[in-house]
Amino acid sequence: MKLKKLAVLTMAAAMTAGALAGCSSGNKTETTAGETTAAVTEASKAEEATTAGEAAAEGKGQIYYLNFKPEVADIWTELAGKYTDETGVPMKVQTAAAGTYEQTLKSEVAKKEPPTLFQINGPIGYKAWAKYCLDLKDSAIYGHLLDKDMAVTEGDGVYGIPYVVEGYGIIYNDAVMQKYFALDGAKAASMEDINNFDTLKAVAEDMQARKDEIGIEGVFASTSFAPGEDWRWQTHLANLPIYYEYKDDNVGDKDAIDFKYSDNFKNIFDLYINNSCTDPKMTGAKNVEDSMAEFALGKVAMVQNGNWGWGQVSGVEGNTVKEEDVKFLPIYTGVSGEEKQGLCIGTENFFSVNSQASEEDQQAALDFLEWLFSSETGKDYVTNKLGFIAPFDTFADNEKPVDPLAKEVDRYMSNPELYSVSWNFTSFPSQTFKDNFGASLLQYAQGGKEWSAVVDEMKADWANEKAMTK
Amino acid sequence: MQKSMKRYFPIFVLPTLIAFIIAFLYPFIMGIYLSFTEFTTVKDATWVGLSNYKKIFLDQNFINALVFTVKFTVVSVVTINVFGFLLAYILTRGIKGTNLFRTVFFMPNLIGGIVLGYVWQLLLNGILAGFGVTLSFDAKYGFMGLVLLMNWQLIGYMMIIYIAGLQNVPGELVEAAKIDGATKMQTLFRIYIPMVMPSITICLFLTLTNSFKLYDQNLALTAGGPGRQTAMLAMDIFTTFYGRVGWEGVGQAKAVVFFLMVAVISLTQLYLTRRKEVES
Repeated sequence: MKLKKLAVLTMAAAMTAGALAGCSSGNKTETTAGETTAAVTEASKAEEATTAGEAAAEGKGQIYYLNFKPEVADIWTELAGKYTDETGVPMKVQTAAAGTYEQTLKSEVAKKEPPTLFQINGPIGYKAWAKYCLDLKDSAIYGHLLDKDMAVTEGDGVYGIPYVVEGYGIIYNDAVMQKYFALDGAKAASMEDINNFDTLKAVAEDMQARKDEIGIEGVFASTSFAPGEDWRWQTHLANLPIYYEYKDDNVGDKDAIDFKYSDNFKNIFDLYINNSCTDPKMTGAKNVEDSMAEFALGKVAMVQNGNWGWGQVSGVEGNTVKEEDVKFLPIYTGVSGEEKQGLCIGTENFFSVNSQASEEDQQAALDFLEWLFSSETGKDYVTNKLGFIAPFDTFADNEKPVDPLAKEVDRYMSNPELYSVSWNFTSFPSQTFKDNFGASLLQYAQGGKEWSAVVDEMKADWANEKAMTK
Repeated sequence: MQKSMKRYFPIFVLPTLIAFIIAFLYPFIMGIYLSFTEFTTVKDATWVGLSNYKKIFLDQNFINALVFTVKFTVVSVVTINVFGFLLAYILTRGIKGTNLFRTVFFMPNLIGGIVLGYVWQLLLNGILAGFGVTLSFDAKYGFMGLVLLMNWQLIGYMMIIYIAGLQNVPGELVEAAKIDGATKMQTLFRIYIPMVMPSITICLFLTLTNSFKLYDQNLALTAGGPGRQTAMLAMDIFTTFYGRVGWEGVGQAKAVVFFLMVAVISLTQLYLTRRKEVES
């Protein structure tokens, strides 16, 4: 009996200890999510093994890149092999599963062989990784950067180099729109007429009312609010009012926000949820993929997303949208002068070099960046396989991605009459802020919260989170 | 025999001990240490004393999560054990197909929490769609969903433990009670339940700690939604850790507090129920 008692007690102790050990070991060892989808091909591993010896002898260093974009994981691995073939410098690429980059980076950096090249998501990300970011002011790649303002800087130092320009707006299906314009009493004659919120609203509401005539289920795709799927609203859409507020005050960041364009946010948000194929009450179960699929299958005419979403449209089985019909419309919210507004253009992908890696490894990483964005092979991968619009002067006009949305981004950017909305959400205080705002929006969409409460809470939360992360 | 056992004790225990130190003790101590520091990765920690602990209560999230967790734990511990015991009682009556039923009831326990969470999310959302709402519409749906899911998963496991306990109740005791004229209810409460007290101790302990520490099911089913209203303690710790720049240590401090709570609660429970155990 005594033995049994002892056994029970030990078991109890072991299990309770597990409560804490479980939590702490999660950050120490590799996250399983990262591990399972991490893509390191056997080929590049073998490559590394054979060349690592020689390279070390020549003092060339080696590269370990932690990739952020799971959708191009295989291409990065292929690219790494190619680079090793050409230069003999061993290169390893690992990919964090969607949404786990910070976690994976945290555990990878603590390892004996940490990533030498990684990415931060802007000024807020830089705050977390400042100790690990090398000053890239003198690097060749910074010299090639077209718009130096885009880089992440602090004081004189340059700590993050943007490597891709992305744009988002309202993606529309031109075939559906043409069908509508052909109807009697259409509120607009062509897409050119839709250049402000009032027209957009009139058109969207008329289309919704006559959806059976046009053959759609709703104008807008689902306003996805499943857990972790609300970034199109709490981050991307929220960028517009913040952009205009910053612009009015001529600043790039604020400790407290007035959210004075909240009504404009409400305009477009209401339009989305009330003229959709999905009942506002059901949005809590929808994810981004659902929305993109609805668009791809021709069930809806419009969906808010960025040029990275092309893969999600073209990859849907049985999609009915033709490549030439996929176009961008700026997100109009009813701000005065918005007829001249273009897409939201920016990036939250910045390369950083690990300042705590050995000098050879740092140099190797810089050499790789130089190669990637200026050699023929590298540039070919960037534009044609990774599909990035690269913000460097090494790319000629004909070296641009050819998917329809990237072409649209380019069309808007090169139109001198339009101004682009920059990405200011990189200055949003924290993930917690975004999550809270998203939750608030969902409750509003479901009818459980007043709009004024959403605004008040958003403002309070902004100030609070800014203060807490000081 | 006893003597040679003693002599070789260190050799036999060594592999497990090493594994225990590496996988348990070291992370555990490291975890406590990190709760007093500010860090980005575990290697560059700087000592900040108790400030992380002070920050725990800066927002309401921890308290809200605690309240939700306690509510959930109370409801699920009661329901799981009552249903588990009832099933065990029924399936030791020698009815037809007992073995099949036991297997079927045990099977949900073999499925991982995340998978289970997503499957139930689909099922519940499918049902709720009929009423025009979703799981994240109101915290009460998330709460009920979690209780339902937890019951479904753990009842079978607890049932097996109760069955083992019930089968060990000596037949002569039951028979003697019958001859003395005890009713079915009296036999249940006066003979069976006191005799399976060791099983109850284990089952209460398992359900209590499992419900209190729940994470995967919580993540997969509601992910805390709406807002953070259905986030339990473990999830709150995780979101604190990654939710704000520089708050890793606070998450860690919450984890230490969490550990102390689980330890105190479960040890109290063990002490209380063990007192009730009887020898036959």
